[in-house]
Amino acid sequence: MIKQKAILFDATLCVGCGECYNACKEQNKLPATNDDFLKDHLGANTYTVIEEYGDYYTRKLCMHCVEPTCVSVCPVGAFTKTELGPVLYNPDICLGCRYCMQSCPHKIPRYEWTKNNPRVRKCVMCYDKISKGESTACADACPAEATIFGDRDELIKIAKQRIAESPDSYYPEIYGLNEAGGTSVLILSPVPFDQLGFAANLPKEPLGNYTMRALDKIPSVVGVGGVFLTGMYWLTKRKNEIAKEENDTIKSDGKKI
Amino acid sequence: MKNFVLPKITFWRAVGTIIVITGLYSTYLRFTGGLAATTNLNDQFPWGLWIGFDILCGVGLAAGGFTICAVTHIFNIKQFKPLARPAILTAFLGYLLVIFGLMYDLGKPYNIWHAIIDWNPRSVMFEVAWCVMLYTTVLFLEFAPVVLEKLKWKKLLSIIKMVSIPLMILGIILSTLHQSSLGSLFLILPNKMSALWYSGMLPVYFYLSAIAAGFAMVIFEAFMSARAFKRDVEMNLLSKIGLYSALFLILNFVIKIVDLSLSGNINLLFQTSQQTLLYYLEILIGTLIPSGILLVKDLRVQKKWLYISATLIVAGFLFNRMNVTITAISSELKLDYFPSFYEVSITLMLVVFGMLAFRLITKYFHIFNEEKVTLNA
Ligand code: SF4
Ligand code: SF4
Ligand code: SF4
Repeated sequence: MIKQKAILFDATLCVGCGECYNACKEQNKLPATNDDFLKDHLGANTYTVIEEYGDYYTRKLCMHCVEPTCVSVCPVGAFTKTELGPVLYNPDICLGCRYCMQSCPHKIPRYEWTKNNPRVRKCVMCYDKISKGESTACADACPAEATIFGDRDELIKIAKQRIAESPDSYYPEIYGLNEAGGTSVLILSPVPFDQLGFAANLPKEPLGNYTMRALDKIPSVVGVGGVFLTGMYWLTKRKNEIAKEENDTIKSDGKKI
Repeated sequence: MKNFVLPKITFWRAVGTIIVITGLYSTYLRFTGGLAATTNLNDQFPWGLWIGFDILCGVGLAAGGFTICAVTHIFNIKQFKPLARPAILTAFLGYLLVIFGLMYDLGKPYNIWHAIIDWNPRSVMFEVAWCVMLYTTVLFLEFAPVVLEKLKWKKLLSIIKMVSIPLMILGIILSTLHQSSLGSLFLILPNKMSALWYSGMLPVYFYLSAIAAGFAMVIFEAFMSARAFKRDVEMNLLSKIGLYSALFLILNFVIKIVDLSLSGNINLLFQTSQQTLLYYLEILIGTLIPSGILLVKDLRVQKKWLYISATLIVAGFLFNRMNVTITAISSELKLDYFPSFYEVSITLMLVVFGMLAFRLITKYFHIFNEEKVTLNA
């Protein structure tokens, strides 16, 4: 079995230099969208951004969920979770219903709103690069080791170690361990994660479970519904017939007398 | 009398023409400039008026088709039979308009056929897509006899009539799945919706409210048929339908309140915020006032009150669907979304097309007078 790859981003180490932002643009051949990378937002041509929250910087990018909501909601299966870890999108079968955007708990996917052949866009975890055994362009570019790339379980170990070694610098949790089933982008932060704009209070279970509970009932709705309706049909029909027969007898009786 | 009616019709014709012309212009913009040129949607608010109104309301208001089928053919309450054809026609047109509306909302409408070959059964949207396809087919077959009668194609007609009961049963099951699945779509947004509307019971709410609204639509259609044939409305039948509708509304309301209390969110009702206000409006307009009227026997047998309550139920239904798609999400995520002029104009155009088609079809086919039961004795 292939080990799942992941990215660890450590906000205590990030210096806000913008190297990951530039490397990502270059790697994915994305056009420039803003002169000042700190003022840019995620967009159809921007897969990652650096955001400033007071004294801290943080990155935003697709979290590459372990059991991604986008994969579960897409009616045609345009999103897939690869064995390696990245969550990828296939524009050729996408309908453009935008359910993936509506439901992503991390509010990541972006749309090419101005195009007539619009695609959903987001970070691809440099899939081509990492399937050759390399690491992601953003991790390569980071001068401060704030973004590192590796096996998911290795990175979890490193993250735990960092928290244990300097408990004063860290908020004592790893974001992405189980948020909505866990993610392949892990975050370490000096402050609670919502203060860096990460979705707080996500359930531990994958969001797909919420809809599965409804979808699981379909067979019984069909089964019970079918039997009930057919039964009802025969019953009421029979009842009407009996009522009619009785009516007829009364009528004919009446005639006889 | 005639002099009074005529100018009214011309007025509505003029309005309709203006709506269609603006709608066509918006259509041109939509398919040349993309969604950005025509909608106020954005990355944080990807679903707006077209999903909320064209899809959710379109499907919901088509519910009269399956509820009346259930009443007349499954529960065999034959006296309602004259109401079945107009209800099936409305449902059929409703679904066609939903599909038409989807062409505007989908980013890649030309890829829609992929839904047939690329399956993801874990997706509610997949269920929705298949329900639309299958139920539209069923409605087509349920409606076909009307056309076949006119064309006098007896053979085909008798074949379809033979399978009519299984077809109805299939239609009712598909509708049940479809109406509720539109609510299930939102189950995956626990962290993005206000708890006033988010609940694990959303599919049940959507189902029950669709039944209530479906009955209200049947009342509307009966009034229209009465006007078309200049006869009186059969108030006996209709007031009963009104009562059914009220019962479903109340059931839905009780479940909602119990669910709000059990989930510990009842305090949301006592906040002063825009969303609470909109929630109250929805409940008052769509549930409390109309069911209050309909529960009083003296009121529900009066044409005026029955008509008013049916109007309120439909309005409240639209209100609810818009609240779920727009208010619940915008208030929770602190976003502003208001449909653009183009979004509104396209939606209005679809409504006009629907009404026009209904008028034309009822004029040329036997929709209202399948049997002469509605005739006032
Ligand atoms: S963060 Fe959103 S887009 Fe990325 S994998 Fe998770 S659900 Fe999908
Ligand atoms: S927009 Fe495309 S990728 Fe997203 S859920 Fe719809 S069909 Fe799937
Ligand atoms: S992993 Fe690749 S695509 Fe994703 S943010 Fe980093 S450089 Fe960009």
